[in-house]
Parts: sequence; structure tokens; C-alpha cells
Amino acid sequence: MGSQGGFYQSKEFLDLVKSIGEARSKAEEDRIVLSEIETLKRRISEPDTPKRKMKEYIIRLVYVEMLGHDASFGYIHAVKMTHDDTLLVKRTGYLAVTLFLNEDHDLIILIVNTIQKDLKSDNYLVVCVALNAVCKLINEETIPAVLPQIVELLAHPKEAVRKKAIMALYRFYQKSPSSVSHLVSNFRKRLCDNDPGVMGATLCPLFDLITNDVNSYKDLVISFVSILKQVAERRLPKAYDYHQMPAPFIQIKLLKILALLGSGDKQASENMYTVVGDIFRKCDSSSNIGNAVLYECICCVSSIYPNPKLLESAADAISRFLKSDSHNLKYMGIDALGRLIKISPEIAEQHQLAVIDCLEDPDDTLKRKTFELLYKMTKSTNVEVIVDRMIDYMISINDNHYKTEIASRCVELAEQFAPSNQWFIQTMNKVFEHAGDLVNIKVAHNLMRLIAEGFGEDDNTADSQLRSSAVESYLYILGEPKLPSVFLQVICWVLGEYGTADGKYSASYITGKLCDVAEAYSNDETVKAYAVTALMKIYAFEIAAGRMVDMLPECHSLMEEFLASHSTDLQQRAYELQAVIGLDAHAVESIMPSDASCEDIEVDKALSFLNGYIQESIEKGAQPYIPESERSGMLNISNFRNQDHHEASSHGLRFEAYELPKQTVQARIPPASLASTELVPVPEPVYPRESYQTTTVPSVSSDAASTELKLRLDGVQKKWGRQTHFPSTSTSNSTSQKTVNGITQVDGSNTANSRTRETYDSRKQVEISPEKQKLAASLFGGPSKTEKKSATGHKSSKPSSHMVKSHAPKSSMEVASEKTSPVQQPPDLLDFGEPTVKSTAPSLDPFKDLEGLLEPTTQVSSAVNHSSTAAVTKSPDIMGLYTETPAGAHHKDSDILSGLSNSPMTNMVGGTTTMQVAQSSKSPNLKDSLEKDALVRQMGVTPSSQNPNLFKDLLG
Amino acid sequence: MGIRFILMVNKQGQTRLAQYYEWLTLEERRALEGEIVRKCLARNEQQCSFVEHRNYKIVYRRYASLFFLVGVDNDENELAILEFIHLLVETMDRHFGNVCELDIMFHLEKAHFMLEEMVMNGSIVETSKANILSPIQLMDKAS
Repeated sequence: MGSQGGFYQSKEFLDLVKSIGEARSKAEEDRIVLSEIETLKRRISEPDTPKRKMKEYIIRLVYVEMLGHDASFGYIHAVKMTHDDTLLVKRTGYLAVTLFLNEDHDLIILIVNTIQKDLKSDNYLVVCVALNAVCKLINEETIPAVLPQIVELLAHPKEAVRKKAIMALYRFYQKSPSSVSHLVSNFRKRLCDNDPGVMGATLCPLFDLITNDVNSYKDLVISFVSILKQVAERRLPKAYDYHQMPAPFIQIKLLKILALLGSGDKQASENMYTVVGDIFRKCDSSSNIGNAVLYECICCVSSIYPNPKLLESAADAISRFLKSDSHNLKYMGIDALGRLIKISPEIAEQHQLAVIDCLEDPDDTLKRKTFELLYKMTKSTNVEVIVDRMIDYMISINDNHYKTEIASRCVELAEQFAPSNQWFIQTMNKVFEHAGDLVNIKVAHNLMRLIAEGFGEDDNTADSQLRSSAVESYLYILGEPKLPSVFLQVICWVLGEYGTADGKYSASYITGKLCDVAEAYSNDETVKAYAVTALMKIYAFEIAAGRMVDMLPECHSLMEEFLASHSTDLQQRAYELQAVIGLDAHAVESIMPSDASCEDIEVDKALSFLNGYIQESIEKGAQPYIPESERSGMLNISNFRNQDHHEASSHGLRFEAYELPKQTVQARIPPASLASTELVPVPEPVYPRESYQTTTVPSVSSDAASTELKLRLDGVQKKWGRQTHFPSTSTSNSTSQKTVNGITQVDGSNTANSRTRETYDSRKQVEISPEKQKLAASLFGGPSKTEKKSATGHKSSKPSSHMVKSHAPKSSMEVASEKTSPVQQPPDLLDFGEPTVKSTAPSLDPFKDLEGLLEPTTQVSSAVNHSSTAAVTKSPDIMGLYTETPAGAHHKDSDILSGLSNSPMTNMVGGTTTMQVAQSSKSPNLKDSLEKDALVRQMGVTPSSQNPNLFKDLLG
Repeated sequence: MGIRFILMVNKQGQTRLAQYYEWLTLEERRALEGEIVRKCLARNEQQCSFVEHRNYKIVYRRYASLFFLVGVDNDENELAILEFIHLLVETMDRHFGNVCELDIMFHLEKAHFMLEEMVMNGSIVETSKANILSPIQLMDKAS
């Protein structure tokens, strides 16, 4: 074993570790740990334990927790150990505390004081250790206790301290952005720290800041580009090289940042093209790390404003990934492809067989990634193949998390691209059948609405065909033993509305089925409620059609059960059913018109139909209604009496309003809404019946209306105030999805079949199974024109959650430019759109910006830039310093450096002088370098040495 | 956030080092470790070194008997994390000289110290081996 400081380890400890290491089973390991806990409990609180012994106990505690047992009895000893003077012991104490405690633990308060003290230490290693602890242990409330010290440490002469202080500040920003909002300019300043480690660390908080607010950091584009350029040109110390790549982790971070900054911003992107192109060329695609950087380049290229040359390089890199034998590279390739097809959809076609191979790969990770890609490239020509595959996969997996995700994707794609109604219904049936309880209830409501509204444009036959096929498939599916509740609700609703509509099935057949459902799922109240209401509809339609209603015996018994149900909802529905059956055809028809679920309901919000009644009451001496807002503290009794009186006309006690909140059946509009202007300020008189069922149609008796209404409870959330749910769907704009899709789809894929097969065969002489070819053709073939646009139109006509999603299929560029264009920075506003004109800013020395950052003022604005050109022209290369800083350089006399970083007060001129000073430190000083060398050797670090046989035994 | 946790687990599924960058209770850690170790250990050499788990990804790499598992957010560059694991191993190798499972077990705190230098707040902050190791070596010298 190499350098381990010859630190003392007791035999006891060695034995413990050995026995844990040799444990053959979890049970054996648990036994060892449990007896260890007993030993530690006894020993740890013994007085006068030497601190080295104590350190060992604490590490044993870490073992106990790591192996899954509670070690809380020893926490306090870890806390105590942070006070120790020996650095190693102190650090072990801090380590244990960060592993044991979360930031809200009671013991933290005991540590804050120690941290404060250690942050002030003269020994920079102690400060570093305390900063590590700060990052893990300080919570929102304790931030103020250490914040001033952290800010001070940002200018510490030691780069290790500055780096950790930056990360501590970043941590505070993550915890509570407001607590450090005045300090974020420090991140900009540290970006041009003369230590590459500090600069690299600063990229982490900057990435977050830029993610949250891109536009405030556009001025840094040039700085980031020039840093990236210098990194790629190997201007950083060799110590940052990894497998011959110059500082790859910093490159990746920078590319991520550039991707954010260049997204939808042509001007910013143009600054990046050269450097990204350079990296594409320089990357070594034979090493993992080279490919990691390449992948990040692809991500960047597909995020920024498109550039044909870069897109070409990206496509080349992707095809190399996909052709590779390594699954890791294939995975990255599929992911990258998914990003790039947003910009150039045509590149998917060349890789079709690779994609299909990945899809059929037994490796689940690769498969899922490929499904993600397919999801992104779905269009109306391939939706059937893709969704069918997805559903097959969905059925085959057990992981509920992923099942839910893939189910919702299926639904989304089906809604967007369905080629025909039949297919849509069948697809939804499959999704519901296999993942019913995992899908969002909204999906069910959407499906119901879709069946009710129909796809076609005023094409009634198509609509009724859709419904008939839905009814037919549902009757078939009801034969399945166990169906998810959500699906049953849909089935009941559809059977109730359309079960007898086409005359194919008799009322008694449908009602029989509904009764079966209610009986079979007798512990599901919601399903039962849906079933009862569906029964009522069937009977109402029968009565309205002038036929005799003959209730089935099982239906009778069901009703008897429900009439006495504990659920008031069920009870009421049953009573309502009874009442409706007793009415004559005319009345029933006006309560329950058939196929009217999409009709709009005229809502007389002013309740003018009550005017006569009110007039009458006032004449009889009743008090006029005073709106709540105008009432003075006193309650107006007569008002209540009025209300009571009013209600008495419908029926007795009001129970239902206090039942399940969604059941707010407002058969009666309480008089309060007479002053409708205050309470219901939305001046929208027309509501679709679907969405706002509860408002009683004035002419209909409240009792009956409410029964009909209760079915679509989902729309009704609030009794009072605005009706925020369900934006109104007018029937006119829901028709844009064309049934024609079905026909074009068939043609398109057929021709495509033959075409792509030909092209493929001519390109490669590999034998490919016909099924695979067929799959490829159906996935990738067909006219590549995206029909997403029309589908988007269809989607956006639908209300609710899909509004957000509907923008997704647009090309990212479009979205991005929409997003950013109105928020351009003021100075750019004038020449926005003609970026070539304004060439002055980019042509200035890029380092000017970097130096501008050294200024204490937070605004590194263009004004500073312009005024300071003179001072900057001969400024030396900041990064040049890095190359001269040898590894382990923090040992060399740091006076110069400290002078550097302690002078943030200097203005532009100061900035240049510091540069000169720094440069002078570059001058070769024999004595210095000798000393340095000796020290480095002493520490056992040989920065230039290679690692000839790493992992001889590991890699075998 | 980036990195959510780093685990070292041997091929019997026994945890050898665990560092979390978001707080989980003991039970949660236990359950999580059990689940993902089962998932990763069941995979073969040809399969990807990446596994999706819940709403994040696990990047793993095997060295002899020891698995290194890193849980990352979904937008993290998997290949880079894979190489980060290798960098960690190289660093430990430089310190211990032909590092093996027992080195980590006997010097658990050292392995943690190295991680502390490399990762803070779940972000990679230092990748120069010299910078990572120098505080640890200085500390050894002082004690």
C-alpha cells in the first residue's frame, strides 16, 4: 500500500473490517454490525479515550450507518470531534457529521460555532475542511451566520479556498436564492480567476444562474467562447488533462453553458460556431472521454441557432456512435439523434436500421432510449407502428414508474396523430386495459369528450360510426375479468350515452351489462355511480322514444340496494332514476335529450327568470337582497329566510352540498348570486354543457337536471366564483383533426415501403430480414413532411393540460426564438434581425470582457467595454497564466497571487496592472522553481509522471 | 445538481462506500441501494453502463470485484460520468498504488476525502489529480 501516512490502526479495527469484508451474506454482515454497535455503545462514552482511538470509533460508526444500521448514539461524539486541533481528526469528525446529519438535525446548531471558528483559521486546510462542511450542513436559517466569512474567503490567497468558497456560495444560492441575490456578481468575477480550478468550479453556479435567466448573461458569451477556445488549445496546465484530452470536464461544462446561451439567439450562436467546429475536429473519437465531449458538442449544436456545417459534423459523429459496437456509444447516439432530428428530421432515415437494432436489443436501457427517440419522431405516417410497439412494451414491463410514462406518451401520440377513429379507440382501450390505474383521470375525460364530439367535421355518420365501434368494443371488453376503475367509468358513460343510439343493441341488453358492471365492481363507488347514471340515461331515451320501460329484475334489486346506500351520492342518483322513470315522455325528453352531451347550455347568469318571483316577494314585504360586499357587519336574517324559502321549493334538507366536494350539485342558485356582478365577474353567458353542467337550465326542473348533470362531475369544482375548470370548447374548432389522415397514411407508407427498401439495398449489401425492413419502412418511410402542424392545431383547440404540451412538437428553434426574441437586451434591439451590421462588439478583444469582470461593479455592460478599449488592447492572455502554474502551485509563495485576488477594487487600469504583475511572476526564477520542485517531490506528487500500469490488477 | 450519489458496492452487493448529495433517511438509502444494486449487478458486460431508475439515471462501472455507481440527473452526460468514475479510480490508484477493495475499506475516510475534493454540491469541481491529493498528503504529513 502506497502512501498512507503510516497512520495507526488498531487490530480491533482491522479485524472488524476484515470480518465485514469476509461476510458471506447480508445476515452475517448484520450480525457483525450489531455486535459492533454493542461494543461501540460501551466504549465510545468511556472517558479519556485518546483521540486517535476516538477517530477510529467514529469511522466504525460510519461503517455501521453505511451498512444500514442506526448509529445515532454516537453522533454527538462525531460533533465533538470537529473541535479537535489535529487536522486529520477534525476532518474525520466533519466527514462523519456530514454523513450522519442532515442540515435540519438538532445537533447542527452545535457545529455552526465550530465552523465559524474554523473559517477564520490561519491554516487554509482547516478553512477548506470547514467549507466542505458548510456545503452540507448549513441550512437556510444558518446562512447568515457564515455568509460574511464566505464572502471574505472568495478573495483568499489560496485557490483551493476560493474554489470551495464559491461552491459554498453556490450552495446558498441553491438553498435560498434570495439570501445571496446581492452576491451573484461574485460568480462572474471568479470566472476570470487566475486559477483554472476556481474558474472551472465557477461554471457550476453560472450554469444554474444562466438556466434561470439566460438574458442577463448574454454578455458572457464571448468570455465563455474564449475560455473554451483556450482550453481546447491546451493552454491549461497538464494536470487537467485526462487521457490526452485537455480539461474535458471543463469543456463539457462550457459546452452546456453555450448551449443555453445560444438557444434561439443567432447572434450569440455565431460567436460559437468556430470553437465548436474546432472541438469537433480535435476530439479523439477513439476514447470514451473524447466521445463524451463530442456528444456534448452535438447537444450544443442542436440547441444553438443551426449552422449547416456544424450540423453535418454532428450527423457524422452520430453515425459513428450508432455504428459502434459499444452499447454505451449506441445509447449516446440514439440520444443525440433524438436531439438533432428536431432540427434536421431527415437524418433519422439513414440510421433506420441501427435504430431498429437498438429497439430490438435485449438491453432494456437501450430499448427505452430508443422508444424515447421514436416518441420524438412520431408523425401521422408512422404513429400506428410506434404506438403499437410502445403498447407491447408497456404490457411487458412491471416497472410502474416507466409504465405510467409510456402510457401517457401513447395517449399523447394517439391523440395527436390518430389516423382513424377506430384505431384511436382501440389504442385507448389497450392503454386503459393494461395501465388504466396509472393513467391520469384527465385522459379518460378527454376520451369521453372525443367520443362525444367526434373527429369529423360535421360528418355525423363518421361520428356515429365512431360511437358504435366504441360501444361494440366496450361490450366486448366487459367480458374481461378485471378492468381498471377509470376505464370502467369511460365504458359506463359511453354505454349510457350511445349504447342504444344505433339501435343495434336493445335497452335491456345494455342495462343488463351495466347492472353486471355495478355488481361485479361493488366496492367501487365511482363506477357504481357512473353505472346508475348510465342506466338512467338508457331508460330516459327509451321513454322519450315512446317505448315501454321494463326494468330488469337485477336492475330493480340494484336500485333497492342503492336507495339504501351509505353513499348519499349513490342514493341520490338512485332516487333520481326512480323519479325520471315516473315522468312522461315529454318531460323526460327535455330533461335528458339524447346525444346532447356536447350541446351548449345557455346560462342566464343574471337569473332573470327569478325576477318575477323576487318582485312578488318584495311586494309581500321581503327584504331585498344585499350583496355580501355591501353588507355591514350585521347579518341580514330575512335574507336567509328568503333563501330557505326559496330552497323549500325544490326539496327539504340540503345534504349534498356538504358531501364530497366534487359533487356540488347546484340545483338551486342561492340568492347571493343575484348580485352576480360581484361574485361571478366572468361575463361569459355561454358554457358548453360538458364543462359546466351544474348550472340549471332555467326551464328544467332542478331535480331532474341535476341528475343528468351529475355525470360529469369532473368539470365542477367550485360552487362560487369563477369557473376556472375546462375552458369552453366550442364545437366549431374541435374539428381540425382530419379523418382523411387515415387514407393518406396508407398510401404514403406503401409507396415509402418500396422506396426505402431500394435505397437501402443499394447502399449496403448486408442481409436484412424482411420484417426488419418492413418495420424500418413503416417507421422512417413515408413523406417526411411533418403533419404535426395540423395536429397541433387540433390539439390546441382542446383545452386543459394539453395546451402546454401542444407546443412541444414544434421545432425547438421556433419555440426558442419565440421565447427569446421579445427579451433582447436593449442595446441589441435596434439591430435585431440583422446581426451582420453590428460587427463592432464581437470584433473587440474578447479579453476585454473578461477583464471587465474583474471590476467590482456588477454591471459589466457594454458601456464599460467601449470606454475601456484603450486599456485592453495590449492586455496579456489571462489563461496564459494557467500554463505557467504548475501542479501543486499553491505552495509557492503566494504574495503575488494574493495581491492579485485581493485587488478587486481596482478599476480597468488596475486590472491591467495586475496582469502585468502576474506576468512578471512568469519570469523564470531559478531559486523559486528549485524550491517548488523540492516541495513537490516531498509531497510525493510528480505532476509530469505518467501512470504506466494503472489498475494492473483491477482491469486484469 | 448533477450527481445525486456515489456508491461503491462489491459484487456480492455489499456497500463499501456511500456518499449522498441529497439527504435520504437510513431506510431510504437502504431501499435505494438494494434496488439499484440488484438492477446493475444483473447486467452483463455488453449492455450499456447506464440504467434508468425512477426519475434519474445510474452510471456504473466495474473494476475487478468493485462496482462504482453514480446516480445522476437526467440531463447529465453519461459518458462523462463514466469517465469521471475512471478518474476517481485513477486518483485513488495514484494515492494507494494499485488500489483494491481492501484499500478503500481500511481507508474509508481517505476515499471520502478524495470525493470531497472532487465533488461538491453534486457538481464536479476538481479533476486535477494533484489538486485532489495534495490536501490529503499534507494532512498525512502533519499527523
